[in-house]
Amino acid sequence: MRRIVVAVMGTLSGLVLLFSYHTSTNATSTIALGSPKPIGTPKASTKAATPSSTTTTTGPSSSQTSTAAPTTAAPNDVAPNAATPTTAAPSTTAQAAVSGTFTGATASTRWGDVQVQITVSGGKITQAQAVQYPQGNGRDQEINAYALPVLAQEVTTAQSAQIDAVSGATVTSDGYIQSLQSALDQAHL
Amino acid sequence: MTVPAADLSAAQPAHQGDLRSPTSLPRYAGAPGSLVVSDDLPRRAFVEQIMGLPMSLHLRGPEAAGGAVEAAVRTAFSRLRADDAEFSTYRADSAVSRIRRGELAVADASPRLRQVVALCEDASARTDGAFSAWLPAEGVIRFDPSGLVKGWAVEEAFESLVRDLAELDRYDALLSAGGDVVVSCSRTDTPDWTIAVEDPTDRGRLLTSVPLRAGAVATSGTAARGAHVLDPSSGHPATGLLSATVIGPSLTWADVYATALLARGGHAPWFESLRADHLALIVRPDGTTVQLP
Repeated sequence: MRRIVVAVMGTLSGLVLLFSYHTSTNATSTIALGSPKPIGTPKASTKAATPSSTTTTTGPSSSQTSTAAPTTAAPNDVAPNAATPTTAAPSTTAQAAVSGTFTGATASTRWGDVQVQITVSGGKITQAQAVQYPQGNGRDQEINAYALPVLAQEVTTAQSAQIDAVSGATVTSDGYIQSLQSALDQAHL
Repeated sequence: MTVPAADLSAAQPAHQGDLRSPTSLPRYAGAPGSLVVSDDLPRRAFVEQIMGLPMSLHLRGPEAAGGAVEAAVRTAFSRLRADDAEFSTYRADSAVSRIRRGELAVADASPRLRQVVALCEDASARTDGAFSAWLPAEGVIRFDPSGLVKGWAVEEAFESLVRDLAELDRYDALLSAGGDVVVSCSRTDTPDWTIAVEDPTDRGRLLTSVPLRAGAVATSGTAARGAHVLDPSSGHPATGLLSATVIGPSLTWADVYATALLARGGHAPWFESLRADHLALIVRPDGTTVQLP
């Protein structure tokens, strides 16, 4: 129980990573994982945004060649265990960053089957979406139940953490205006 | 475990904007009800000063900016004001003040006040006397449930708000009462609430952060109000620690435990029995940080 949230989100991240690899090996050899250059530069994005015609598959499981259609396939159209690019156009050179939407294989987790679709733009995952996820059986309640958290072991900086509140020695009404919490509140008032 | 302190000074106060809208994080968006994090839900904060504290309430959900939500929030804040009127030691006409002056017997007090008295006794038992609502003041022992009432009243108001919001739609809520935080999530497509723990040696810095979907983070410390927590056994201000932060399922108890840890300078064998669902972070006078249990 205690690590359910972490585990679920960890699973999701893991799946996203897994499927991005999967995608790169099975459907698009050009997803930037093997790229010798840093990915996601503005130049690379621009290049990747230019539609190209085909995607060559060099993965171990098949050697199909598919046309990258600029449409979004419904999740149900995606065959299980296939990573399919459904939008945009992965470019054909190993140096260029990839753009497109990819759907991973269905993975069984202890909470049920999970299938994740990612959108890659300029070599960066810009969106990850579960197109299939476990249903029912009090899953919502489990995810939202109290679980003893793991404290961040690394230095937390304002730049790297999205903070919602600050716990500290009691801030009085007088001291509030100068508090970090005041700044966090101001962002959403 | 020693946690290094983070340097937040660069972000405060000149660059608070960076903190509010970090650009380095990946933003995931997805359909409601999925496992996916949706960051584009309406979110709104409400702030009111009650019990001498800033009450910062954050909500996220489909109509967070709507009138029905605002009405629920107003109800929650008025519950807190009613509790303040009954339990404040600063108000001469409060029931607690009347008990302190000997004008009202606990047995004759309201059910809510009697509930508070019972909780205070429970708190004392759970902490081997490190928490007490009977504190020396001007040479006499006086009833002062303030150390429990704040967390308890906030948690009660928060829970009723969460119930009210559940009638409307799925909402996530966070309430910080001057640095003691309680959170709840009824959505599954949202990120965890992230609560940072302040560094008592430099309040512009953060020690760590805590991801939570339900539960509470309470901190007792000397940074904001000086040595205001008394060791019930000696009657002297507690000075053995700079701060004690407790994370647990209930704000009432996290707050009590944090106060008790501070009162006894972190010597807390009783905390061991809480290890299944509690975590404490204490900061010693030399700035070193220790995690309990």
